[in-house]
Amino acid sequence: MNWEALIDIMLLALLLLVAIGIVRLRNLFAVVLLAGIYSLLMALVFTLLDAVDVAFTEAAVGAGVSTILSLGTLALIDSQREKIPSRFAFTPLLLSVATGALLIWGLSGMPEVGSPDAPAQLHVAPYYIEMTPVEIDVPNIVTAVLASYRGFDTLGEVAVVFTAGVGVMALLGSIPAVYSRGRRRRQPDAERADT
Amino acid sequence: MIHHLIPRVLAKLLIPFILLFGLYVQFHGDFGPGGGFQAGVIFAAGIILYALIYGLQAAQSVIPARLVAALMALGLLIYAGVGVATMMLGGNFLDYDLLDSHDPVHGQHLGILVIEFGVGVTVAAVMITIFYQFAGRLHLVRDLEAESDGS
Repeated sequence: MNWEALIDIMLLALLLLVAIGIVRLRNLFAVVLLAGIYSLLMALVFTLLDAVDVAFTEAAVGAGVSTILSLGTLALIDSQREKIPSRFAFTPLLLSVATGALLIWGLSGMPEVGSPDAPAQLHVAPYYIEMTPVEIDVPNIVTAVLASYRGFDTLGEVAVVFTAGVGVMALLGSIPAVYSRGRRRRQPDAERADT
Repeated sequence: MIHHLIPRVLAKLLIPFILLFGLYVQFHGDFGPGGGFQAGVIFAAGIILYALIYGLQAAQSVIPARLVAALMALGLLIYAGVGVATMMLGGNFLDYDLLDSHDPVHGQHLGILVIEFGVGVTVAAVMITIFYQFAGRLHLVRDLEAESDGS
């Protein structure tokens, strides 16, 4: 067995353990931290798959910012209140096992990891790999695809991020302390802002 | 905040490097992994760390909430503006070849640089805005709790 397969198995085992921990734990603070750890492990898995750009995004967004925002949410809600332990439910268990079995069965139809004959590699990928040095001339082909060949897609993605920001502002933006210039600009208690 | 001496000192040391790394990821995305999206998140993380350690008010005196809200839209406008510019030059939307009249490859370089900058600005501004909104709400929650405790 080669080393990379061993690392793969260890990472996947850790992912499974963390996922079980997330389901089992009752403390929301611990769950948020475990979700961050899950993202970091996923970033390692993506690195092993040679998808460094995706790994980078997963580490920065999944482990970094979304953990902070989840912790911020916990600060807003009553995070000390524990989840009510749910009773054993048969139907969800059956559904998850059936979905999992279907996915594992579907794996048999997938090409091998990194196979050059995979359908995903035979469509536009050869063109991108061949023509990026000629047409775009940037060393990182991922950037060439995202920013130039599929620039319109990326514009849409930026619009989605923008919409998310506007959505949060629309939902929470009635807070006078942050946005209005007028009557309740900011309460003069500086020590509160420091916490 | 005096009791949080170690985080304060560490944050002071780390924040310049986080921001610098964000800029590196932003402008080095053509050569290595990274790009506007990751850079925006890293840059925002630096600002959020500052807000967490030194307080929301201090962070908002450096980067006001209104400015961030404007930057959110500005990044998207920069990106779409490049597309409109290429259309004005007689090409398709976001066809960077036309940005340099002599060398299409240079046009591509310029286009990628500018749109990645737009991506970075919008992503960083949205992340900071979401954090500001969440953190700004915290005072209201505490006020409510204080009122209910007092009554």
